[in-house]
Amino acid sequence: MSMLGPTLVLALREIRRHVLRSFLTVLGIVIGVAAVVTMVTLGNGATAAVREQISGLGVNILQVRPGQGFGRGGGGPAPKDFDMDDAAAIRDQVAGVVVVAPLSQSSGTAVRNAANWATTVNGTTSDYFTAQQWDMASGRTFTAAEEQAGKAVCVIGSTVQRNLFRAEDPLGQRFRLRNLSCEVIGTLVTRGQGGFGNDQDDVVLMPIKTVQRRMTGNRNIRLMMVKVDPAYDMATVTASIQSLLRERRNIRGAKQDDFNIFDTAQISQTLQGTTRILTSLLGAVAAVSLLVGGIGIMNIMLVSVTERTREIGIRLAIGAVGREVLLQFLVEAIVLACLGGVVGLLLALVASWALAPMLQVPFLFDVRINVVAFVFSALIGVIFGYFPARQAAQLNPIDALRHE
Amino acid sequence: MGDDPGAARADRGDPMIQLRGVTRTFGFGTAGFQALRGVDFDVAAGDFVAIMGPSGSGKSTMMNILGCLDVPTAGEFLFKGFHVEKLTRDERALLRRRYLGFVFQGFNLLARTNALENVELPLLYRGEKPRARRTAAMDALAQVGLADWWDHTPAELSGGQQQRVAIARAIVTSPQVLLADEPTGNLDTARSLEIMELLTRFNGTGITILMVTHEAEIAAYAHTVAHVRDGLVEQNEARGP
Ligand SMILES: Nc1ncnc2c1ncn2[C@@H]1O[C@H](COP(=O)(O)OP(=O)(O)OP(=O)(O)O)[C@@H](O)[C@H]1O
Ligand SMILES: [Mg+2]
Repeated sequence: MSMLGPTLVLALREIRRHVLRSFLTVLGIVIGVAAVVTMVTLGNGATAAVREQISGLGVNILQVRPGQGFGRGGGGPAPKDFDMDDAAAIRDQVAGVVVVAPLSQSSGTAVRNAANWATTVNGTTSDYFTAQQWDMASGRTFTAAEEQAGKAVCVIGSTVQRNLFRAEDPLGQRFRLRNLSCEVIGTLVTRGQGGFGNDQDDVVLMPIKTVQRRMTGNRNIRLMMVKVDPAYDMATVTASIQSLLRERRNIRGAKQDDFNIFDTAQISQTLQGTTRILTSLLGAVAAVSLLVGGIGIMNIMLVSVTERTREIGIRLAIGAVGREVLLQFLVEAIVLACLGGVVGLLLALVASWALAPMLQVPFLFDVRINVVAFVFSALIGVIFGYFPARQAAQLNPIDALRHE
Repeated sequence: MGDDPGAARADRGDPMIQLRGVTRTFGFGTAGFQALRGVDFDVAAGDFVAIMGPSGSGKSTMMNILGCLDVPTAGEFLFKGFHVEKLTRDERALLRRRYLGFVFQGFNLLARTNALENVELPLLYRGEKPRARRTAAMDALAQVGLADWWDHTPAELSGGQQQRVAIARAIVTSPQVLLADEPTGNLDTARSLEIMELLTRFNGTGITILMVTHEAEIAAYAHTVAHVRDGLVEQNEARGP
């Protein structure tokens, strides 16, 4: 062990002696480590971003829609939409349901003086704000009386507010939406981009009755948001809602549901699983390049052993045992590989820091992957350095001394 | 290698080195070539031996065996009581590190490494501490008159200076035996005599010296001259100190 200090010094000196060659030798490792760490770092960022965006959909929320899946399914008659009674039934009859926010969607161009803005109109109840955990920036939500009467009042998102009112205070102001003149009673806090790249703040919310009567012209509900008490099991609540709706929609026996209940936590898990698979795939590709880097090290170490045969002969003749010569070359290979690893880590740090904003994912420094990559490159030094080092150690001192 | 079985029997005059019927064959079967053909050879502790003989007679082959770098094909080699022919590669390395100093024919210094570090090298393998290494190496360089040249690399030194660095490296561990294969081979007469003065001085401190040479005037510095011819030590003439 007392040899380790001088051996390290020797290795560093030998590397410094051939700076360019050493650099080219470890380039494979540098690129491999940089690629692995950058990919994993960005992948983690992407996973975190997905998780973050999905949690924006609301926690403990079930979305209930007519039809199977996101579409309306294949042929056959279009499944029936829900109505207010369905929403009420779920709220009143299923244990664990906190609120049910029915949603009736429409769209139109909001006009105020010279400003106009095409936007989405959501008819709902004040429960919507609870379900979505969406706070008011100013003003208030709908009162029960307004909901009952189908008053032309609205709460607007910050995008609509900006486009119609600019810096003015919108509270109490009116704007036109199709043939409807509605009064702004509240504004929502800004939410930013949604999980699917949509602008969540580009929305006008009105009492559902208002939208049904004055805009869609029917009493259909295309989406219900069910907020579940976190103390209850999501799966149980989902099953209860399912059997209730089957009963209400008269679906019996083995017949398939003509509606779907969608748990937002599930999509989060699915998406995270996908990003994880992608990350590991890219990681595997990068690991191959690390292996190639290792072969580069082995190659140059073999060259080095040949070049330094005479030196090895001198060391052996003077009294170095095989193990000490082996250690010398092994340490050199490991130092080389580790240097490559460190440069690769620095490169990865810069690359992922620069790429994260471009890919719109957060930059998350992951200590574990950095440590793993470094240890892995050291390991490559050991594995690919061992064979050349053993060759050096097994040289015959007499032959080695004669070597030109 | 912990204790020293040789020390117990290091009586004056008792041979430190004994070759008994040593042969060394290169290659196998009919293609084999017998470079040594049954050498009997003794060296007493403190002796200064010159080994002479024509080219190809087997001098270097014998030196390699005496230096524990090579092993006999047959026969016995006793060094300080150790049966060297029975030792493993690493055990022989430990013997070399502990008791032997080498001066090679072609200097064989580490290139791009300064004189001081070259001389420190054997101490490194003995596990000496850095400060002790430095002191001993500087001392050895001073003994060969190169104290002021310690930071010069071999490329920056003359042939004679390089050979003196090589000698400093050989004696820095205070070896019991110094082996020199044609230490003056590449040097002019003046430099050769310088080297011989050095070797004589070290012999005076009790170091046993084995030296191969072609030149009679160099061999004249030795106490004993061994003549090698066709793989046999023919004559072991004592000259007296
Ligand atoms: N490794 C080897 N393989 C085969 N033959 C060898 C080997 N080493 C030495 N020999 C042969 O052994 C014989 C003795 O060689 P050696 O080197 O001992 O001679 P030498 O007396 O030192 O000669 P010189 O004075 O020229 O150095 C020579 O014929 C040589 O060809
Ligand atoms: Mg020779």
